[in-house]
Amino acid sequence: MSTSPARKILWAYVVLYIVILYFPVVLLPIFSFNDSATPTFPLKGFTFKWYEGLIGNETMLKAARNSLIVGSVASVGSTILGICAARAITRYRFRGKSAASGLIMAPLFLPEIIIAISLLVVLLGIGANLSLTTVMLGHLLICLPYSVTVLVSGFEGFDPSLEEAAQDLGAKPLRVLRLVTLPILAPAILSSLLVAFTISLDEFILAFFLSGSEPTLPVYIWGQLRFAAKLPNVLALGSLLIAASLILLTTAEIMRRRAERRLAGR
Amino acid sequence: MRSEATRGWLVISAPLLYALLLLIGPIIVILANSFWTQDYLTIDRTFTLDNYRAALGEPIYRDLLFRSLKVSAIVSVVTVILAYPVAYFISFHGGRAKGLWIFIITVPFWTGYLLRILSWKVILGYKGVLNSALLGLGVISEPLETLLYSLNAVIITLAHSWAAFAILPIYVSLEKLDRTLLEAAADLGQGPIRQFLRVTLPLTLPGVIAALLIVMIPTVGDYVTPKLVGGKDGVMIANAIQVQFGKASNWPLGAALAVTTMIIVSMSAALMVLALQLFRRLMK
Repeated sequence: MSTSPARKILWAYVVLYIVILYFPVVLLPIFSFNDSATPTFPLKGFTFKWYEGLIGNETMLKAARNSLIVGSVASVGSTILGICAARAITRYRFRGKSAASGLIMAPLFLPEIIIAISLLVVLLGIGANLSLTTVMLGHLLICLPYSVTVLVSGFEGFDPSLEEAAQDLGAKPLRVLRLVTLPILAPAILSSLLVAFTISLDEFILAFFLSGSEPTLPVYIWGQLRFAAKLPNVLALGSLLIAASLILLTTAEIMRRRAERRLAGR
Repeated sequence: MRSEATRGWLVISAPLLYALLLLIGPIIVILANSFWTQDYLTIDRTFTLDNYRAALGEPIYRDLLFRSLKVSAIVSVVTVILAYPVAYFISFHGGRAKGLWIFIITVPFWTGYLLRILSWKVILGYKGVLNSALLGLGVISEPLETLLYSLNAVIITLAHSWAAFAILPIYVSLEKLDRTLLEAAADLGQGPIRQFLRVTLPLTLPGVIAALLIVMIPTVGDYVTPKLVGGKDGVMIANAIQVQFGKASNWPLGAALAVTTMIIVSMSAALMVLALQLFRRLMK
């Protein structure tokens, strides 16, 4: 097929689209190295000082630690629950399955502010103190649909006869899980962990409402936005966060592809 | 051996229970709250519709609701129109790199939600990137003041935030499209444009509707974008809801605003799905 003019226009459009899509993401890191207190062009010169300003900032480090804790717990929790859901969805046929899975996926289709305030009202209503735990509970809820999506696509190609073969050879259920099921599904599981962690790391609304006096990184950044003088430091911190997300997501994608290939190869 | 259904329910029970306890339960509580009244710190649990009267009757809330719906409708339509060609390109010309394309397009969506909005603030500001670029190019002689802190700024920022979400459902429906139908249309002498309008577009309409909904629903309730780039004219319903749960401390009114938003969004979603079904029936 020859390359028609229409196809060239389409190609140019897609390139432009992607440039605009990435422009705001790339812009902040550029200004975070700029030797000026305001993010405006022309650039004034290269500096690391905004990054150096982050070192030894106790409140920020505390927020970073909070984010790590919340992200770890939320991603492990959502992956464990996600494994159950994905297993039920891909392996069993039962009445009400689509309703059940629809309910688990529902947080994806609700405005986040509504999830946040309803959780807030219930938690305060039962007398719970807002803390990292309450953020974890909320993050687990909104990470779950993403974990389920990643895991279902990883589980779909899994051939149940492999497990049956192990059983026939006399392996106990736990041994089958450890020696057959988990190794095959490992990449999908790892990918779910990484995706859920990235979502939790980036999430703002739920953390904003539920974190009380223990901010996560996005909540800390939000607080700093009130001070114009802190903006360059915020940009530096934000750039680090974007870099972390990019690394996590790329790793997750590589894992997901490995899982696909592994299942397709058998 | 237990039946397959029992085992299925058993396996899915943990995540299901979690969603019931932390999502459905709280939403029911919010619903209950919206029929109550708050008197300083005590909640009066007598049934009342006053909160809904305020939510729908008081001009400020009615206007905010209407504006939020308008913004999310514009954003979803703009996003879907801009996203369709990209989804089309990946599906038809992506070759072996389809997965990579999708990855490249979805990555910005996952990274730095707060920071992307901040970035638009930097781009659209009075001394911002766009103004200085336009000045430099000589397109304008004075910086435009209306870029930031306006409804347009909210629309631009939201449309950018949700771009990837719009592409996915359209892409999926394009992938499902039976390509032999296009060959048949070509054999019958239909040109590329008529092929697209009479085969591709109608058959991928479910994906388009899904994309519209998946963008519309979260954008109605966006809190950060209006707060950071909207200014006075860009305030949306989520900001009003937050105020009721924060400073104003009127939970029942906030709950009624939240429930009203949910109902209106669900009704618009249902209308769109109905319209799609009607369209399909007419096509047959």
